[in-house]
Parts: sequence; C-alpha cells; structure tokens
Amino acid sequence: MSGLTPFIRALGAVVWKDLRAEWRSRELISAMLVFALLVILIFNFALELESTVRANVTAGVLWVTFTFAGQLGLNRSMAVEKDRGCLDGLLLAPVDRAAIYLGKTLANWVFMLLVAIIVLPIYSVLYNTNLFIPGLLLTILLGSEGYVAVGTLLSSMAVQARTRDILLPILLFPVAIPVLVAAVKATGGYLQGLDINEIRPWINLLITYDVIFTAVAFMVFDSVVEE
Amino acid sequence: MNAKPKFLTVLDVIAGAMFVTAVSLVFFYAPLERVMGLVQKVFYFHVASAWVGMLAFAVAAFYGVLYLVKKDARYDRVELAAVEIGIVFALITIVTGSIWARPIWNAWWTWDPRLTTATIMELVYFAYLMLRSGIEEPERRARFGAVYAIIGFLSVPLTFFSIRLFRTIHPVVIGSNDPGAEGAFDMTARMTQTFMFSLLTFTVGFVTLLWHRVRLGALSEKVEQLKLKLQS
Repeated sequence: MSGLTPFIRALGAVVWKDLRAEWRSRELISAMLVFALLVILIFNFALELESTVRANVTAGVLWVTFTFAGQLGLNRSMAVEKDRGCLDGLLLAPVDRAAIYLGKTLANWVFMLLVAIIVLPIYSVLYNTNLFIPGLLLTILLGSEGYVAVGTLLSSMAVQARTRDILLPILLFPVAIPVLVAAVKATGGYLQGLDINEIRPWINLLITYDVIFTAVAFMVFDSVVEE
Repeated sequence: MNAKPKFLTVLDVIAGAMFVTAVSLVFFYAPLERVMGLVQKVFYFHVASAWVGMLAFAVAAFYGVLYLVKKDARYDRVELAAVEIGIVFALITIVTGSIWARPIWNAWWTWDPRLTTATIMELVYFAYLMLRSGIEEPERRARFGAVYAIIGFLSVPLTFFSIRLFRTIHPVVIGSNDPGAEGAFDMTARMTQTFMFSLLTFTVGFVTLLWHRVRLGALSEKVEQLKLKLQS
C-alpha cells in the first residue's frame, strides 16, 4: 500500500495542473464547446433532422459530435505540453510515468464530460428530445472513458511526429471504433426505449474495451515518452 | 546474411508448388456448389487470405510486444513486414469478397458490419504506415510502430466476432449461421479438404513472404549504413 500513495499524489497533481491551467485560460473547453455546437447545427442541415428522422439518428449525431470535439481537445492538451517544454518537465519529475498518463487521461475525460454536460441539455432543447435517461448518461461516461484512454496515448505519439496535426484523427478514429460502435448502439437502444437485455451486450462490450484500452495504454505509455 | 539461405529457396519452391496444387484442387477436385455455381470457388481463397491477414496482424502485434521488451531492431523489421503483408491479404479478402457478393447479394458492397469492420481494420494499418512515415528517427519510429501495432490489433477481434455480435448477412460457413445470412452453404468432404489445403497453402505462402520481406528490410538497412560510411 505504501507504493500507492505517491502514485496517487502524482496523479492528482497532474489532474490538478491541467484543470487549473484550463480554468485560467478556458481555451480548450470553449473551443471544444463552440465546435460541438457547430457540428450539431451543421448536422441539422446535412440530415434534415425532422422529428421522424431524429429518433434514429440522434445517437449517431451525438457521438460524432463528442468524438470530433474530443479529438480537438486531445490534440490540444498534448500539443500544449510539447510546445512549451512542459512534457520534458513532467518526465523529469521523479514519479511513475503511468501516473502522468492516468492524470492526463482523467483531465481529458473531465473535459469531454464537461462538453457533454453542456451539449446534452442544448440538444434536448433544440431538438425537443429527452436525453436525460440514466442509462444514456452511463453510456456517455463509459464511452468517453474508452475514447479518452486510447486517445491520450495516441495523441502523445502524434505530437512527436512530423505530421502531428493531421495524424491524431487518422490514428485515433479507426482504433476507437469498437468503443464508438458500442456507445452508439447502446445510446440508440436507450433512446428507442429498447429492453435492457438488448442493450446489455453493447454495454458489456463498452466496459470490455474500456478496461482493455486503459490497461494497455497504461502499460505502454512508458515507451511512448521515453527519450 | 548476404547469400540467400538455402532453406528459403526450398520454401519458395514448396510454396509455389502448393499454390499450383491449391488452384487445381479448387477448380478440378472440389465439387460445384449447387446454388451459387462457379463463383462459390472464390470462397477457398477468400477465407484463406482473411486468415493470413489476421495471422499477419497477430504476428505484428506479437513482435511489437517483443520489441518493446527487448528493443532489438530485428523485431521491428519483422513487425513492419507482417503489417505490410497483412495489408495486402486483407485487401485480397475484400476484393474477392466483392467478386462473390456481386452475383450473390447483387451488390459489390453492402454496409454490413462484417465488411465495414474489415475495412476499418485495413485503415488501422494504413494509419500505422502513415505514423511510421511521419517519424524520422529510427529508434522512435520503431517504438511508436510497436505501440500502434499492439493498440491496432485490439480492434481486430471485433472484426472477427462481428458476424456473431451483429445481425449480418455475411455467411458463417464454419460454426452456426445467423438466420439473416445470405449465400450460406454446407461444405461437403471434398470442399472441406480443398478449403483446409488452401488455408495451409496460404499460411506457407505467408511464412515465405515474411521471410523475404524481413531479409529485404535487413539488406536495405545495410545499404543505408554503407552509404553513410561512404559519405563520411
């Protein structure tokens, strides 16, 4: 148990640093939010979201919005570290690097959930759909965790490459597909009021991939940042 | 290192002979499927190349892990070679599948989960190549490649199990079938023999190709080093 406490302290420090930097500048959250709203509004034109169509596509629209906004946030959160040499500072600190990874992941997760918390009521009002179903909120919680877990790892690779801005979505989207498919299917299931037995396989798949992605990223993060 | 190993030459010959045998088995030994006719014969190579694709990606992930543990450039070469071969065979799978689907499903392509996940798997490994080409430093390129080969392989099982998870029209020939699948059939003994032989053929072919590609990688690295030596 004695090894756990410094680990958690380091993790807490990284999360706290990210949240505080974000609270002072608010540039990440505001960019993600404006972007998310734009995506939703553009979808309105692209898909002609009439009430009959809406029920079937809401799950897809929501997750595309979260995915794109999340990708924006992931890219930015690592680019900031890299540009001003903060990453080197973090790596020089005598703490377990897995703690740095988990801290960044947690902070990114918080950002994505913040966006979701603001987007959901707006979507509900604009499109007159009730999105406040406990199961749906759980799905968003789980889905964004898996996405952010693999996204944080890949963004720390992408920022070290030559083509960094275009690389992250290309690396991230195909790999995150299992999480996204499961999340969209579960969300759609809750929106259509399907029986829990039909939704459960997707939730299980979501949890499985959350665990796999988090565990694998946790183990390999060391070799991504080592110099 | 420089001379071509004798066993590799033997393997070349074996793989070539097996391939010729497999083709003749498919066309002359295996019986004609009653409903689908000739186009069903694409099945033997379609499944065999899908198998090789998955095997190649598994080998890549395995060598990715080995590289991260041992940090030996040899493992990195095997990993890259496996990914490249896997991409080719996954593409063969998609193309042969399309050839079969045109008469059976009446479309080259349908947005079926099995087809879509297989294509996404292909894109994962295109992304792998793009990641590698975006990094100059060889040691870092190898490290990132290994990590991405491991992460990318995690989504492959989804492709494999998608016909069991989703409702799909892609047939399952081995094991139980979804009632919605179209173009399913039961294999006769001769079909099974042909099928098993083409699986074996493609596996031997994969090993041969992998060996050649790894050797090529090692040689090109040697050329790089010699060039550097000449310049300095």
